[in-house]
Amino acid sequence: MSETTVSAPVSPGRAKFLRFLVRDAGVLLALVLITLFFSATAPYFATSGNALKIFVQIAINTVLAAGMTFVILTGGIDLSVGSVLALCTVVGATVMIDESLSPTIAITLALLACMATGAVCGFLNGWISTRWKIPSFIVTLGMLNMAAGAARVVSDNSTITGLPQSFVDFGNLIIGGFLPSIFLVAVLVIAAGWFVLRFTVFGRMIFAVGTNDEAVRLSGHNPDFYKVAAFTISGLTAGIAAMVYLLRLNIGSPIAGVGYELNAIAAVIIGGTSLSGGKGSIIGTLVGACILQVLSTGLQLLGVGDNFKPIVIGLVIVLAVILDAYRERLLRRIR
Amino acid sequence: MDAILCLEGVGKIFPGAVALSDVSLSIARGETHIILGENGAGKSTLIKLLAGIYQPDSGRIAFNGQPYQPKTPHDAQQSGIRIVHQELNLLPYLSIAENLMLESLPRHAFGIVNRKALNSRAVALLKEVGLDIDPRIRVEALGVAQMQLVEIAKALSYDSKLLVLDEPTATLTPPEIERLFSIIKRLKARGVTIIYISHRLHEVFEIGDRVTVLRNGRLVATRDLEGLSVPDLVRMMIGRDIADEYGFDASIVPGKVALSVANLKRDASTPDISFAVRHGEILGVAGLVGSGRTEAMRALFGADPKLDGVVEIDGKPVAIAAPKDAVRRGLSLLTEDRKGQGLLLDMAVDKNITITDLSKISHNGLLNRRAEAAAANDLVGQLRVKASSIEQAVRNLSGGNQQKVVLAKWLFRGTSTLILDEPTRGVDIGARREIYQLLWMLAAQQKGIIMVSSDLPELMGMCHRIIVFSRNKIVGEVPRAEFDQERILSLAYQEYVRP
Repeated sequence: MSETTVSAPVSPGRAKFLRFLVRDAGVLLALVLITLFFSATAPYFATSGNALKIFVQIAINTVLAAGMTFVILTGGIDLSVGSVLALCTVVGATVMIDESLSPTIAITLALLACMATGAVCGFLNGWISTRWKIPSFIVTLGMLNMAAGAARVVSDNSTITGLPQSFVDFGNLIIGGFLPSIFLVAVLVIAAGWFVLRFTVFGRMIFAVGTNDEAVRLSGHNPDFYKVAAFTISGLTAGIAAMVYLLRLNIGSPIAGVGYELNAIAAVIIGGTSLSGGKGSIIGTLVGACILQVLSTGLQLLGVGDNFKPIVIGLVIVLAVILDAYRERLLRRIR
Repeated sequence: MDAILCLEGVGKIFPGAVALSDVSLSIARGETHIILGENGAGKSTLIKLLAGIYQPDSGRIAFNGQPYQPKTPHDAQQSGIRIVHQELNLLPYLSIAENLMLESLPRHAFGIVNRKALNSRAVALLKEVGLDIDPRIRVEALGVAQMQLVEIAKALSYDSKLLVLDEPTATLTPPEIERLFSIIKRLKARGVTIIYISHRLHEVFEIGDRVTVLRNGRLVATRDLEGLSVPDLVRMMIGRDIADEYGFDASIVPGKVALSVANLKRDASTPDISFAVRHGEILGVAGLVGSGRTEAMRALFGADPKLDGVVEIDGKPVAIAAPKDAVRRGLSLLTEDRKGQGLLLDMAVDKNITITDLSKISHNGLLNRRAEAAAANDLVGQLRVKASSIEQAVRNLSGGNQQKVVLAKWLFRGTSTLILDEPTRGVDIGARREIYQLLWMLAAQQKGIIMVSSDLPELMGMCHRIIVFSRNKIVGEVPRAEFDQERILSLAYQEYVRP
């Protein structure tokens, strides 16, 4: 029976190291191996130009996935981020092309508008699903449609162009010749998320709520607050991702972001965050986003057709989830 | 003796724990064999071996003279051993008839279910267990007792040679228990062999032929029930007389009222209840499972909604709408369901302890991990929690150590009144004693303690007073000087026995 003390099979220090190896280093190792593989096999893969391209391409997904990590850690899911992003791009672009404002003010207001729009959508997701105890899967599916519709209404179903030149220039900026500005934005978002999850009371509560929200409630907290906050953060990062989108593509589009939510979820899961909540890391999410993009680019350079690419990527996602289940068993044995 | 089931030196080991060791036992054909033991004695492991859920690590089992090595529950059923588990395994949204014959639904051609045959066969099966009910009703609409009977009927539908009943009366009322017993007797008369697992001592004499007692994974003895008494069984189960393991501390004098509850009403259909606990007092709450004890405590704590009632702490009325209101005012609740509601199972010991008040180990919202580790280590040492380090996940601790972590988390917060719901359930004897000592230490610090327990000797050993619940009502209060097992039990049954 489990009533007798179970002694840990390995020493605490070693357990810590093994835990790190299994939980975090595994994905990193996978990324390194995949990168090495494509460097050896795919032409042009191991060039600085290609590296820059990958950095640029992962920025949007990384930002979305950062917010998604919070939601999934609490045990929820956010399917709305792709169309919330679309809504935010048209809101942001609309604000930015306002001729009566100076470019700097317009850009600042656009950033605030994007973040506010996203945060409101996210808040609604969280509030509705906790207030009426509806699975977030359904609520955010509804929001996916509503935000997509709202994006069309705001933009009058057309693409918005003509963003200020200084904004476009910043989007093309490559700092020091190796760091694209939009990748820097993504890294900053990840860094902020990492800090919050690791060092703050709020971050601790996110993990606790995802582990057992009833125990958290009976310990004298309001778990719904943290769930709503996680969804708000996911909306907020969708707003930031919309700004990254504007920086990269220079248009506000009501049909932007289709399917982005799935890439974001894939990055989080590949990065080792458990779909059942409570376990995971945002650094893993960054690595997960990198793996997805490296695969996509590498396969393309290898000449794998556009038809086969999604098949391979899909397989990798399924593999990641299988590994996740296996990793749980492994971790349990180590602890 | 014609043995239907024979165990020889059966053992089962789990990582770090021996669950069952060298158990040899034979069950005679046609007898009703009682298996008794405390939590953790090995009863459930034994059942799971018979059910094909676990496989033994050593020893042999023979059924009907043949080696019996089920690899899955399906194998066990095929051999004719049928187990009615404590947690019922019915499909709530299917009809009774469908549940009864799920594994071999009568069919027409093309696999279409023959409803007529299904329902008429179901009626016949239900009749055997004395259930006169429309088999087309969905199982979700049934009460627990009826579900239990449906499970037994299901077991019978497979022509079972051996029926294993795992604590079937745990959630039944006395009249329902009577009915179950008459059915068990009928089955026995028909020649069905029954293994009956229980920890309710007074009931086993009515139906059992022989009894086997397990303790700490070992078989203590197998005896004829005739000639044995309840104290004999207790002695066999715990290995000694109920001596004073509780350490009642007569030097502690309860002071002023710490917490009082007046006219607490959970919903329109339950009567209102009132009680109070003093500083330094341990108040026992007795009653059957399902008598409303747990529900009353949860409502008081704000964990479940309540309709009405006044809660006063140190004489001042307080509004408690959610657990956070209760916690802020110094109440603590150690829940009955430790794993589901008390702990963050996959998180480390330190994080479980500090969850009740993170402000103590943080500054401006930033965690101070060093302060956290110091506080956690302090409490782990004080409560003698056996863990490899404070970073070990609580999932991997034993029941007793998990319970200590729950206590530690409330001590970390600082509490004025503790409500403990089944604090020693699933806790081994050693840890249980330590928990008792800790409670006396808290009582000495003038904390109010409310102790809900199904273990009557425990309540009688620990408490200054016992209040008794029966069908959602407080039917009596017994002071320590008048403690008497019979009296408390009859109070607990009071509202169920009356028509």
